[in-house]
Amino acid sequence: MTNLHDPGACTSPTILASTGTSQSCPNRLKEVFAGSRATIPMIVGAIPFGIIFGTLAEQSGLSSLGAIAMSVFVFAGSSQFIALGLLSAGTGPLIIIATTFIVNLRHLLYSAAIVDDVKHLPGPWRAVIAFGLTDESFAILADKIRKSDENWRLGSLQWFYLGSFLTMYGNWILCTVIGITLGELFPQMNSWGLDFAMSATFIGMVLPYLTTRPMLACVLVAGAMSLGTADLPHKLGLMVSAISAIAVGLSFHLASRRKKETARSKETDTAGMQTKEENK
Amino acid sequence: MTEILMIAGMAAVTFGIRYILLASAGHFSFPGWAKAGLNFVPPAVLTAIIFPAVLIPNSNAIEFNLENPALLAAVVAVITGLVRKDLLTTIIVGMLAFGLFKWLL
Repeated sequence: MTNLHDPGACTSPTILASTGTSQSCPNRLKEVFAGSRATIPMIVGAIPFGIIFGTLAEQSGLSSLGAIAMSVFVFAGSSQFIALGLLSAGTGPLIIIATTFIVNLRHLLYSAAIVDDVKHLPGPWRAVIAFGLTDESFAILADKIRKSDENWRLGSLQWFYLGSFLTMYGNWILCTVIGITLGELFPQMNSWGLDFAMSATFIGMVLPYLTTRPMLACVLVAGAMSLGTADLPHKLGLMVSAISAIAVGLSFHLASRRKKETARSKETDTAGMQTKEENK
Repeated sequence: MTEILMIAGMAAVTFGIRYILLASAGHFSFPGWAKAGLNFVPPAVLTAIIFPAVLIPNSNAIEFNLENPALLAAVVAVITGLVRKDLLTTIIVGMLAFGLFKWLL
């Protein structure tokens, strides 16, 4: 869509053609603000996270400029935190990049969930949506899609998302800068136990998953393996443990599903036999 | 230099993961088992980070004892999370508990 870079052109020909409705600039702006407003509750949770990231950067061995660049270009909170942890343990860039890959693989789920709702949009829009696809903006967008109609999806979705994304993004960069400044003003902050903030955050993020037996198995394997592999060089233990835990969790999941399926097919078999006998 | 390489690499893999399916605009999709497997990624990774951080705080030996403030605070955070089911509360209570235990011990 050329309009993305051309604020002068306000009605989108693709939308005109597909839905027969046109949209004016104020409406788009309204959607941008609506997206921004919907994201504010999420920001409350992201603010301490961003500030702590900024304060921890320096002492982990990441320059202030590097920390800002990471928030600007990577824009993925948990993997940025993990990168700090790996850096302070003296890990090299290749392992950090590989670990980032594993940690952010979950975003594939998000894009899989929304791909059908955004596939009508032109390439640059889809790239913008992909760049901003954090846990928070995904949650907001998925919720909004569920509550909206086809017209909204085809004409307004991208503007709403833009508002949500820019709010998250601006806040994340701002908080990183605030954190760096605080870290420089109060170098003794690292003795306040801020490093435990990451563990506390991750504990809070894992708990909601623990509702099924495969998940429980996955988490137990991840915990045990991570302690057992803690001495592996280059912090490879994290990747080894995560991959083993995913494999165990998935195996449990597939096995329990197969068991359910066989149980169900047995039920239908007996039901079928009964009807046959009744027919006699 | 290493820092630039690291950040560029992190940015590339993160954007790649978020973009690959949207770029194909629905022409490519994952088999069911792969989608199910992706569900296990966040808890697996996060747990593999939490355990060593809490139980091997000084990166030499496992400290499974009552003198480890990180372990005690983690227990408090788990209980808070299970009771309140709210991320922000879990983080704040966990951090306060850590500060308290560190000060006491």
